[in-house]
Amino acid sequence: MTVDKIIVALLSIGGIIFTYWFFLMKKEDKAFTVNKNSVDITVKGGYSPETISIPKGKTTTFHFIRRDSSSCLEEVIIPDFKIRKYLPMDKEVSIPITPQKEGKYEISCGMNMFHGKIIVKDPEQVEG
Amino acid sequence: MNEVKKTLPIKGMHCASCVRTIERSLIKIKGIRNAVVNLATEKATVTYDSDICSEDQIASAVSNVGYKVIIEDESADAQAMADKEKIEKAKELKDLKNKVLVSLFLGLLVLWGSFPGLMNTAPAFLQNFFVQLLLATPVQFWAGSMFYKATIPALKHRTANMDTLVALGTTVAYAYSAFVTIFPQIPKSIGIEPVPYFDVATIIIGLILLGRYLEAKAKAGTSEAIKKLIGLQAKTARVVKNNKEVDIPVGEVQIGDIIRVRPGEKIPVDGVIAEGESSIDESMVTGESIPVDKIKGDTVIGATMNKSGTFMFKASKVGQDTMLAQIIKLVEEAQGSKAPIQRIADIISSYFVPIVIMLAFITFGMWYVLGPQPAFLFAMLNTVAVLIIACPCAMGLATPTAIMVGTGIGAEHGILIRDAESLETAHKINTVIFDKTGTLTNGKPEVTDIVPLNNTRKDEILRLAASIEKGSEHSLAEAIIKKSEQEKVKLDSTTKFKAVAGHGVEGVINNKKIVFGNKKLMEKEEINFSSTVQTAELLEKEGKTVMMLGVDGKLAGFIAVADTIKESAKDGIKALEKKGIEVIMITGDNQRTAQAIAKQVGIKKVFAEVLPQEKEKILKSIRQAQDPELTEGQVQNDNLGGKVAMVGDGINDAPALAASDIGIAMGTGTDVAIEAADITLLNKDLRSVASAIELSKKTMRTIKLNLFWAFGYNIILIPVAMGILYPFFNILLNPIFASVAMATSSISVVMNSLLLKKTKI
Repeated sequence: MTVDKIIVALLSIGGIIFTYWFFLMKKEDKAFTVNKNSVDITVKGGYSPETISIPKGKTTTFHFIRRDSSSCLEEVIIPDFKIRKYLPMDKEVSIPITPQKEGKYEISCGMNMFHGKIIVKDPEQVEG
Repeated sequence: MNEVKKTLPIKGMHCASCVRTIERSLIKIKGIRNAVVNLATEKATVTYDSDICSEDQIASAVSNVGYKVIIEDESADAQAMADKEKIEKAKELKDLKNKVLVSLFLGLLVLWGSFPGLMNTAPAFLQNFFVQLLLATPVQFWAGSMFYKATIPALKHRTANMDTLVALGTTVAYAYSAFVTIFPQIPKSIGIEPVPYFDVATIIIGLILLGRYLEAKAKAGTSEAIKKLIGLQAKTARVVKNNKEVDIPVGEVQIGDIIRVRPGEKIPVDGVIAEGESSIDESMVTGESIPVDKIKGDTVIGATMNKSGTFMFKASKVGQDTMLAQIIKLVEEAQGSKAPIQRIADIISSYFVPIVIMLAFITFGMWYVLGPQPAFLFAMLNTVAVLIIACPCAMGLATPTAIMVGTGIGAEHGILIRDAESLETAHKINTVIFDKTGTLTNGKPEVTDIVPLNNTRKDEILRLAASIEKGSEHSLAEAIIKKSEQEKVKLDSTTKFKAVAGHGVEGVINNKKIVFGNKKLMEKEEINFSSTVQTAELLEKEGKTVMMLGVDGKLAGFIAVADTIKESAKDGIKALEKKGIEVIMITGDNQRTAQAIAKQVGIKKVFAEVLPQEKEKILKSIRQAQDPELTEGQVQNDNLGGKVAMVGDGINDAPALAASDIGIAMGTGTDVAIEAADITLLNKDLRSVASAIELSKKTMRTIKLNLFWAFGYNIILIPVAMGILYPFFNILLNPIFASVAMATSSISVVMNSLLLKKTKI
């Protein structure tokens, strides 16, 4: 095997490892704690903040604003709360959520490529 | 504290002092933190604690100082939102169309100048690599900008999607081509012919954009049903105030307003007819195909069409409480829910893109190390093909598009499905249990036979029976009085009225002693009824209740009352049996009446004399019989055996509905969201039970086909793009064909979902 082939083989293996590490070993962001009954979420290449901690039994309004023209992100889905909403570009869309059970709930785009998370906690555990 | 910020439109402002007056009145309300009124926009922005103060309080404070807050109707908002979405989508589509046209035009020019066999016919300048670079650059960075715009922020989040793959694939092809065009001596020095592949990059972008364009157009069709529902909403209402008729926006209609509706007009909100009568076409909301005759006291539904008469009605539900608004909400919720079948697709699609990128690295490495010469070109083109052919979109679209179309078709037929899971479960139903009263029957007893005896006239029987029953509250009495009203019989006054529990009623009319009731009452009064026993039994066998009339100690005749069977019952049950579904009836009635009704509608298995609280128990035992391994208190395994559906009116049998696998409720009045029901039949048509099951079957078939296609496509074509067929058949996938396949893949999934619309349920 020639040197260039060895280098390409090593680079390919490196690429695989890097891809695995970059996309699949991503550490979960620290949950953003909602303390004013509402949270602004920017939709651009995903959801920022990505993980949101909200209290159980209280209404929290999610203000989504899409800054990304990707058609993938034009819809936001929160299936456990039966929500599928169209997000117009640069316009705020408010979605109130009143969770009754503690747990983790998924936020995703219309094609399930981008993900976010809602963590519902007992009001006393949610700081702020 | 629950702080809310709202902007409310205010009517009646004309100067700066109005602003101050309104602000002062608002600030005084307990719970209001801040109030800013803007004269130019005629709006007040109020920040308040919704636990302490409400929007109504704000409205009344403003009206106390002489202005009016327009509480915006959220359904009107839905309309505005839908319009906004439509405009934005149209703009996006137009933009996309331009990009498709430009990129395909430029791409085809590049292809003409570079494709072997074709390039000889092209003008010389098109064969120039620098011209090709010039043509390809706007396609890559203008038309293809959306792929970069989506990829860069996604990478910041360490996520990737479809756009990432397209961006990577086309960038590799474009960058390589630009490099060999600008520095041809470098590839030459390592023995590679410096041929660019601008055609690959440009045509791929053009075709993928074309795919996106067609997909977006097709996708719009999947949410058509909800748009249609939103569009049904009337815009204005003609409210009668102080004997004057004023047209006001539908959002301003208040509960209690009297509204006039003329023939051919849309009924603006839900209400009760106060004056007049008409025939109303409710098909657009309830799916009930025949116009319904309505008189004073009847409920009317907003957004339905008044056909013949003029009438006035009192608004009883407005805004988000109207039946239409509830239907829209329910359908939206169902479309936002996730079917359990989607779980597997979700798991795969969330790992899909990184896996494809890893496969692209494997492809490059393998071809470079093990492939034939020129190894670099083979490696590069096959890597691009892998990145381009992979289509996670088809997997993502497979289930939700079908669910959206399925729930939409349901709503159009008056079948409201609570969520995707219910739609998925319904196709496994193999037993349907019907409640009798109010479900198989209309729930309103009616006089079916009046039999006069001993030279008495029919109308005389009805007159006496109705006169004496006037004071009774029994449901059977209601049927007799209603009949007398229909026949316009003049009633006599009754004296010495007495109700004999479990027997009937008695009293004196025109100095004659009248008794009206069952056999027991006749026996008690020593009235001979032996000559009529046979006829009475015959009627009872038909499921009717017989009541005898005695006048001064002699039998004058009898009246039979029965709850009429719904017209759709027989066909509905036949349709279920045709599907091989077992049909059972459950009722609190006595065996004879129950058997009679069951026979009439064609049901063979009956549970009679069941107390309301026992229904749930029987249902559980039937479910257990379906799954013998199920022990008490154990939840049935979703994948085992058939499912049991319970059809009821949703009010008396809510526990039984909740205990079944699928609870199907008949729509009542204008209440749509029946808590315990998985499916609500707004059209009250029993044939819709079979239709709902059919809809579920067809939707599931579409989903399975979509998933099979989406998975199969990727499982087969990704290895082909990697070059797995090359060692055996010398077959490689051109990246341009890969982009054709990719674009058609997601369109075909959406189109297959749309095909559901064509199926008959």
